[in-house]
Amino acid sequence: MARPSMSRAPESTLSAYPLRWAAACAGTTLLPHLPRLPIWLGALAALILLWRVLSQTKASSAAPRFLSPLLAIAAGGLILFEYGTLFGKQAGIALLALLLGLKYLECQRPRDVQVLVLLCFFLQLGLFFDTQSPLTGVGALAGAILATGSLLSLHTRHPVRAQLRTASVLMLQALPFMIILFVLFPRIPGPLWGLPADAFSGRTGLSDSMQPGAISELSQSGEIAFRAAFRGEVPPPALRYWRGPVLTDFDGQRWTTRRTTTADQPAYTTTGTAYTYDMTLEAHSRRWLLALDYPAAGIADATYAADFTVLSRTPIGQRMRYAASAYPHSQVGQNEVPASLDGALNLPEASNPRTRALAEQLKSRNQRPEHIVTAAITWLREADLAYTLRPPRLGIDTADAFLFDTRQGFCEHFASAFVVLMRAAGVPARVVTGYQGGEINPFDNSMVIRQSDAHAWAEVWLAGEGWRRVDPTAASAPRRIDGGLAAALPEDSALPFLVRPDLTWLRTLRDRWEFLGNTWNQWVLGFDQKTQRSLLRRLSLHTEDWRQMGVAMSIGIGGLLAALAWWAQRHAAPRDPLQRAWQRFEQKLARAGVPRLPWEGPADYANRAASHCPDHADAIRAIAHRYARLRYSADPTAVDGKALHSQIKRFSI
Amino acid sequence: MTTFTAPRRLWSGLRQVIDRRLFRIRPAEALPLRLPQRRIFVLPTRAGVVFALTLFAMLLASINYTLSLGFALTFLLAGLGIASIFHAFRTLLHLEIKAGAAPPVHCGEPAHFGLIIGHHGKSPREAIHVRTASATARIDLPPDSHTTITLNAPTTARGWQAIGRVVIETVFPLGLIRAWSVLTPDHTLLVYPALESRPPPPPASAGASGQTHTDSGDDEFAGLRAHRPTDSPRQVAWKAVARSGTLVSKHFQGGAGGPQIFDWHQLPPALPDETRLQRLARWVVDAAQNDTRWTLILPGTQLGPDRGTQHRHRCLRALALYGTPEHVTRA
Repeated sequence: MARPSMSRAPESTLSAYPLRWAAACAGTTLLPHLPRLPIWLGALAALILLWRVLSQTKASSAAPRFLSPLLAIAAGGLILFEYGTLFGKQAGIALLALLLGLKYLECQRPRDVQVLVLLCFFLQLGLFFDTQSPLTGVGALAGAILATGSLLSLHTRHPVRAQLRTASVLMLQALPFMIILFVLFPRIPGPLWGLPADAFSGRTGLSDSMQPGAISELSQSGEIAFRAAFRGEVPPPALRYWRGPVLTDFDGQRWTTRRTTTADQPAYTTTGTAYTYDMTLEAHSRRWLLALDYPAAGIADATYAADFTVLSRTPIGQRMRYAASAYPHSQVGQNEVPASLDGALNLPEASNPRTRALAEQLKSRNQRPEHIVTAAITWLREADLAYTLRPPRLGIDTADAFLFDTRQGFCEHFASAFVVLMRAAGVPARVVTGYQGGEINPFDNSMVIRQSDAHAWAEVWLAGEGWRRVDPTAASAPRRIDGGLAAALPEDSALPFLVRPDLTWLRTLRDRWEFLGNTWNQWVLGFDQKTQRSLLRRLSLHTEDWRQMGVAMSIGIGGLLAALAWWAQRHAAPRDPLQRAWQRFEQKLARAGVPRLPWEGPADYANRAASHCPDHADAIRAIAHRYARLRYSADPTAVDGKALHSQIKRFSI
Repeated sequence: MTTFTAPRRLWSGLRQVIDRRLFRIRPAEALPLRLPQRRIFVLPTRAGVVFALTLFAMLLASINYTLSLGFALTFLLAGLGIASIFHAFRTLLHLEIKAGAAPPVHCGEPAHFGLIIGHHGKSPREAIHVRTASATARIDLPPDSHTTITLNAPTTARGWQAIGRVVIETVFPLGLIRAWSVLTPDHTLLVYPALESRPPPPPASAGASGQTHTDSGDDEFAGLRAHRPTDSPRQVAWKAVARSGTLVSKHFQGGAGGPQIFDWHQLPPALPDETRLQRLARWVVDAAQNDTRWTLILPGTQLGPDRGTQHRHRCLRALALYGTPEHVTRA
């Protein structure tokens, strides 16, 4: 005789009921992916779901088995055509979405629904690559509840609300496990293996080169670049220069960084007012930490470059936090190496002849370099240059074209032309990119710096003083520095939507939302090895000692398991105190050698037990008599139930 | 051949040890019984294992890409899996199993074992599957309720047939975890011998063959007498009872036919035992159907003469148990 297999599916065909649940689960999971999927794929998935739900689905209405492989091959080909690959993040997600749709098309057995649910979990995870906002979290929770409902619907069939209630009870029981594991599971900093090339694609931020138009493009983005929560005083707008890559090398069009030496300490001594802050830097896949000028030593895991940039040891692939302090009034670079100064004087041969002529003119009128700098600023201010987000295209001689022809430019034009002018006049100069400005969010008093605050300025080197910051943009658009981008641009120019000054109420709303987002970022998304350590240290646990962590986790999980076991017992046990008291009595007699026989009623049993233990005969008969009356008499309320309990409790042989 | 049987024997021996030690199965357990905690086992199903592997992959992805929400989702789903262990466990906990009807059948007919399954808990128990080697039944129990299921089994030999190993299991709620309990309840039914399909006609009745008998015959009404407990309800003179209030039976005087005698020893000597039993069973069944009186004579036993359902059962039981130790002691 064949033994039934140990884990066969309880039912082999599928009714319409679990199919509808599976459709809800798949739909909820796919919906947030739609904007990122090719239109045809989204439409195909939606069509499949709708078709099977609307056609009063029975398992027999599943598509014929030959159809889905054909569709899979066709759609796989289209994905290959669309993305050029089947691997990588976007193509992978598209492929998963496709599999989900096709799986639904051929859903016939309970196992198909189980596979569908697992696919949904993967897709949910895929969404987190792009966004991990609180809203995504809520969506994932809804998806998980519907997935639970789908799995439940394979075994029971209740109205939707009852089913959701069971699913929610399961979720509520799972929640404590999630919290304990989230806090205590050792956070290993990723990546464990090489990331696909496009893992962090589409992240905006500065780059290590600058050509005209680069920063004005960045300025269109309202995305947050980083946040700084100042402890104590907040620096005035004019000091809010957050240093990114320093660009020294120039080929006539592009500015690029120059290799510099790095050290564990900054090369200058810090003086003057100090501003201390906690930085939360969004991932930008580069190494710049964008510290406020000029940072003091002591930023964790950072190196200090000779051009005063602070670099992380690895590319910043995830949001990171660090504490830093800035001394904006420090004197820096007084002992700059000659090689570096030579680099800061290089200009391509025979370029920008008009700018060179202007430099000669400035040089002939002023002897000292600092006077040349001042004269140049004055010239710029009087040259009637316009500050605009949409500058016209420049020719080969970018500085000449900007200063003398188009006269319209964004900060990179100003910085670039000024540095060319300085070099032509023999003053070492270089372009610094980074962010300038920042707004205080009134809800948590942290300063928010957006991509639209990206900026380029210049530095000139003066003997005896060192590197001095000169912001040529300030010469023609001084309000850029004090009031941000919106204040500096002419009223009619197209601005990023939320930077526009007339939408204050919207900005308040945004501030509030971003405050929530910041809290979410700090405590949920930013919960990494470092946060975990500091939190656990506060709970006096040493994360370095893995045994302590293991014990803490075991205690937490063990406690939860015990609570669940108690819950299971409580709900399963008969809720009949009388029955339990009688059982206790039976146990006592059984220990004395008189177990109740299955067919014996209380009176018979008592008689037999009494004759077995004559010393206790009266007590035994009294208990049995009272129990029988409580259980079987017409008016049990007339009998003292409490007395029975205490009698049984006292009874001993 | 031995090379094949040796591992099989080893396996069946191992299986017995596992059954005894791990599943705590004793030869047969008296019903009713209640599933205590230590008799319920839980293990992941195949779907549960795949679910766990999926979670592991999700955990790796979350670590690699530092997806905090990925961690949260993975841990939430892990918690879900753990919680479902207790739901499955609770579904079986303190389930009460009582013996239901198990009417005797003739060999070859399907046997129907009734089981009453219930509980006194305050939450429902759903998607419980009860299965034996040959049948499966699904039950859903509302709070504090019980239900009766009937499990069919093929019959291949006369005598007592036990329900055998019963597995009570559930994969409720998510199909990831299977909770089960194995029991061998002391629940048996009697399998009567099969009925011979074309038997020769039974021997003529005792009266016709000239035998005399003094016991109450059955054809002609002879008067009323005091009721005896062995009298069948048919013999009770209900009208007279209604008038007098005391039980009286109708007394018949033997007429043309005395009781039929079904005698083991009268059958052809070459006939095998089982065929004899089948033939006698057929005669008994036919006689009961025709509501005649009969006597069954087996080696060492004589039953009757009598009539009616009780007598029929006694005879068929004796036939079913012929040759077993019980036959000797109970006859």
